Amino acid sequence: MFLRSVWLVLRKDLTVEVRSMEIALTTVFFAVSAVMVFAFALVREGQAPEDGAAGILWIAIAFAGTLALGRTFERERQSETLRALLLAPAPRPAIYVGKLLGILALLSAAEAMLVPLVAFLFQAPFLAHPVWLAAILVSGTAGFAAVGTLFAAMLVRVRSRDVLLPVLLYPITVPVIIAGVRATAALLQPEVDFAIVRFWMALLIAFDVVFVTLALWTFEPLMTD
Amino acid sequence: MPKWFTPAAVVCALMFAASPLVIANAPYESTMGLVQKIFYYHMPSAWMFLVAAIVCGVSSVRYLVSGSPRQDRLAWAAAELTFLFGALALVTGPLWARKAWGVWWQWDVRLTASLMGWMVSCAYLLLRKYGGPGSDKLAAGLALFGMANVPFIYISVNYWRTIHPATSVVPTLPVSMGGPLWFCVTTFLLLFVLLLKMRVRLEEQRARLDSLYLSLDE
Repeated sequence: MFLRSVWLVLRKDLTVEVRSMEIALTTVFFAVSAVMVFAFALVREGQAPEDGAAGILWIAIAFAGTLALGRTFERERQSETLRALLLAPAPRPAIYVGKLLGILALLSAAEAMLVPLVAFLFQAPFLAHPVWLAAILVSGTAGFAAVGTLFAAMLVRVRSRDVLLPVLLYPITVPVIIAGVRATAALLQPEVDFAIVRFWMALLIAFDVVFVTLALWTFEPLMTD
Repeated sequence: MPKWFTPAAVVCALMFAASPLVIANAPYESTMGLVQKIFYYHMPSAWMFLVAAIVCGVSSVRYLVSGSPRQDRLAWAAAELTFLFGALALVTGPLWARKAWGVWWQWDVRLTASLMGWMVSCAYLLLRKYGGPGSDKLAAGLALFGMANVPFIYISVNYWRTIHPATSVVPTLPVSMGGPLWFCVTTFLLLFVLLLKMRVRLEEQRARLDSLYLSLDE
């Protein structure tokens, strides 16, 4: 029952998205523009600052993620389907997990475009350890999206939600950004110290576990009124 | 005379007495000299910042569980005090750091964690102010996530060096410095309790007024 509801919500979101491509295209284009701004601001005499690529990648992910989070729930509000979704005889946490997986899929697609772009523009050896990089990106994005999905869902019925989402999201996701940037920067070193990478990975996974659990616990009381 | 007048007058008198009578008579610290006296304001504000944040978090969780508006009002009042005392700690800290460490700011674990906690309290107040109806539950959720976040910020920033002195220096202070410190902590605590009570009372009056208006309409 639970898994089936998750799958139905996820499939609905992905179908809408594949048919319109609205969020995917705008999010990717926005992330690329953000990377461009960093390129103009930071690259001096053809050289990017040391460790800069990791930071730029994560800032682009955070910005694009905020945009995607806002839009997914804005769509539910515009077509007035949020109430229908909440009235459906599905457990509330299943709706949350379905939405979260949809956003994760979307952001993973955006990251698949961003990583080569940043590697190309800032001469960063991102693809030296592809498995580690993928693990860091997935666990970091999961932590970011876990908090973001809950906040975006709750903000749907609130005034000035577009401004409030980043205002609430960034202070809470600081550990994800720190750990993601540090782990990615450690991977970019010529001699990778895997002890450091593992430490940050462990922190990211712990963050994911705690915040997904909290979100599952609070989604029901917070979405009921 | 309003009910809060006497306690407010006492707290004011104590706080005004702190600088000329108590702190001025405390000895100079051997290496930092005069600038160390900021400590008598910095540490009490930082402690009250922490106390207010804890009160806000605990009452938010209780509000989420029980739904009682009393807890919600308490959380709101505590969030405003978190903002106030956090701002005091974050202003007095750099003033002292400039002299003691030579820099205004360090990305040290305590500083970063305090700044992030303060940012969460800013987000909380923005949400309450501009969120409109329904933002009370959301704000409680934010406070809960903010509390859960503290250990993560602490661990992640601890990876960088730490130069902020630990709180373990407090019991080792000589009496001549410890006395003024505890005097200041007590006055700040009284101020905190007074402001919290007044703020909760204000919200209670507002809620009562609203319900009176509603009953008048019926």
